[in-house]
Amino acid sequence: MSKATKKRGGVVHQFIIVDPNLCTGCETCESVCSFVHDGEFNPINTRIHRVRIEPILNVALACQKCDDAPCVRSCPEKALKQDKETGSIIVDDDKCNGCAFCIRACDFGVLNLHIQSQKALICDLCLTMKDDYINQERGEKYPACIDVCPKEAISLKDVEQIGEEKRIDAVKRLFGDILKETEA
Amino acid sequence: MSKTKEVSVPDKVKGFTQVRLDVNLTDGKISKSKLSNEFCRDWIGGYGFGAKVLWDECPAGVDPLSPENVFVYAHGPFPGTILPTSSKYGVFAKSPLTGQFGMAISSGSVGAQARRAGINMIVFKGKAPEPVYMVVDDDDYYLVPCKDTVWGKGCWETEEILREEFQDQRLGIMTIGPGGERGGFMGCITNDRNRQAGRTGMGAVMGSKNLKAICFRGTKGISVAQPVEFFKLAKKLIKVANGPATAKYRDLGTPSGITSYNKLGMMPIFNHREGTWDKIDDGTFTGDILNQDWVVKKVACSQCSIGCDHITKIPKDHPHWPNLYSSIDQELCYSFGTACGNFDWPSVFKCVALTDDLGIDAISGGVTAAMACECFEEGIITKEDLGYELPFGSTVNLVKFTEEMILGKGFAGKIFGDGTREAGKRLEEMGRKNASYYAMHIKGLEMPAFDVHGMSSFAVGVSVSIRGACHLRNGSYGLDAKGNFDRFGYEKPLERGKAIKELEDIYAIIDSYIVCKFTRGIYENDAELAKVFELVTGIPVTEEFIQHRGEAILNLSKCFNIREGWKREDDRPPERFFKQPHTRGPAKGVVLKEEGYQKVLSGYFEARGWDTNTGIPTDETLKNLGLDFVIGKLTPSGGKK
Repeated sequence: MSKATKKRGGVVHQFIIVDPNLCTGCETCESVCSFVHDGEFNPINTRIHRVRIEPILNVALACQKCDDAPCVRSCPEKALKQDKETGSIIVDDDKCNGCAFCIRACDFGVLNLHIQSQKALICDLCLTMKDDYINQERGEKYPACIDVCPKEAISLKDVEQIGEEKRIDAVKRLFGDILKETEA
Repeated sequence: MSKTKEVSVPDKVKGFTQVRLDVNLTDGKISKSKLSNEFCRDWIGGYGFGAKVLWDECPAGVDPLSPENVFVYAHGPFPGTILPTSSKYGVFAKSPLTGQFGMAISSGSVGAQARRAGINMIVFKGKAPEPVYMVVDDDDYYLVPCKDTVWGKGCWETEEILREEFQDQRLGIMTIGPGGERGGFMGCITNDRNRQAGRTGMGAVMGSKNLKAICFRGTKGISVAQPVEFFKLAKKLIKVANGPATAKYRDLGTPSGITSYNKLGMMPIFNHREGTWDKIDDGTFTGDILNQDWVVKKVACSQCSIGCDHITKIPKDHPHWPNLYSSIDQELCYSFGTACGNFDWPSVFKCVALTDDLGIDAISGGVTAAMACECFEEGIITKEDLGYELPFGSTVNLVKFTEEMILGKGFAGKIFGDGTREAGKRLEEMGRKNASYYAMHIKGLEMPAFDVHGMSSFAVGVSVSIRGACHLRNGSYGLDAKGNFDRFGYEKPLERGKAIKELEDIYAIIDSYIVCKFTRGIYENDAELAKVFELVTGIPVTEEFIQHRGEAILNLSKCFNIREGWKREDDRPPERFFKQPHTRGPAKGVVLKEEGYQKVLSGYFEARGWDTNTGIPTDETLKNLGLDFVIGKLTPSGGKK
């Protein structure tokens, strides 16, 4: 866990966010996601989902780690659990029967079913990636999509960071004149 | 003895799906067969597959727009993997524009979707009795009549309708527009809105077969021979592909070349009359201005780390074309911009949008429009012919002309609707003397964005290109731009020939893999380029092997041209470059010298092991390349050009 991360009510509320200004819609994140989990490239089995609305909007979405997550609540088999520490949704493949209620419950459309196993797929920040594909420089599991995104459009942030970045941007916009004076 | 046999093939080849579909459009029958391991090893992918199938199966002398022409879709072993820019496909057929080997390459999402659907190649023959589109939906293959749905529609609307129909926003769709449906020789194939298999009229071939579109989607995963090693190398290549080697394509995009080539006198202005322009000198028409004032977003094809697609937007208060989004690169700034003497950006964007949407090649289209502008200025065509004026620098009228040319309407459509070579012929048949002088093409294909007055190496490189005037068959413009040889002189003809050949052989491999030429600089060397093939397919190829196969593929497509009647004099830039010098800039007063040009051309033939007089490969060369099956079959068919 990075130093930048704060706990929030005991939970590390970190998730994948993608900057639509940087994202070119290249789908590399999807291919890599399926590869590090299954050993083959297949974007159908991704946990991060690129959306392109032509002509210019490109972005990707992954699990937002909602509090009291609707996908967990909706599962009739109790196959989904939210990790108290990380906020990640963990799927118990033995219990999941592929009914897809979780997909219907999710407001962001970030769940889907694995095309072969028909089990629910959701981003767990690469907790379940194969050891073979761990980035040797990091030496530990870390979201592969972030490592591989050519435009560095994907990042792992917590709500505090996101809020603070937005606030700083807003203040720069609103009070840029004062900032210029201090710089001068 | 060919070197081919020295590389063993494993029992199981990865990467390739090895599935070939044969579609007989006449009776609607679709059959499936397996591409052998050896076929995949020897012909590598896109271009190689296309060259072999067209040599074997396209009847010599066939009319390109007849049912007997063969239309091939093919990709290599890489689509769907994360190898940068790997989601590419190629189409191949005898070209209506050139009457020779036709090929065009595109990317977007089609290659990746087709690969996930599990196919490797589709060979279309015959002609459907009514308009149809084909669907490849995993293992379901079928034809859908479309006379009342998408036939007649533009490419963009066709994509929208089909994606809506399949309830799948990621359906991969290659489609033609009205430009291809009517068999206009410049007809292109559009996919993912902004990506085109544009050159040599492949869309016209689809149109002649009543084939409106091909839709792909698939759910099959792609496993590679050595996953751990491949992942490592691919990640490195992705990083490099977003580094300095590709900065030009990402930042300002290829239009950065407007300024740099203008400085060298290589930027074609006014239909190649000049190589420099005051509108570039003064910063009116440059890549910097394009980006600063018009580009709103850069978009990437599937699995591309670069993201070169520069999308421009015309503001909502524009009087003619408000809210128009277009995809712009250097070639189009040339074709509808500098070549037409047009520095009004919105009209360039509108013309490009028309060609992409209604479906003709935006390079050929713009260069044909430039010919019309010059013919107008020279009095060869008039306002009475066209119904409007069309001098260089036209804007609204250029758009009008472009639309008519695409749709085959009016005088513009009737005369210019099939490209420059046809336009020249038709005007001369009407008694308009010397019109062909203004047709800037080689072997029927319109010139790309380089003016070759002062490019003595590229003059040969662009002329020997298999598909007609094209900068991407060997990229030898670099020899002149980077100063490898004196670009105004002709010394070292054999060395020049060898330099063109080496580039051309490796480009043939890039076009077979198929990856984007923008990534040619990301590999440390040809050995690394060979390595990715081995890691994905499991076929232990070497640097020497891929160079050798590149040479074989190039030779085979050359043999196709010879069989179709190619002659030495066809490999020649337009007369203008030999007769009419620039009046300004670094190449002022310079023209190509006949004797020097022929010397370098012979040098190229010699470097290739071809007869230095006729340019026909010797039997010995063919044997060395494992092309024994060609020997004795190089008699020109005298077929329709």
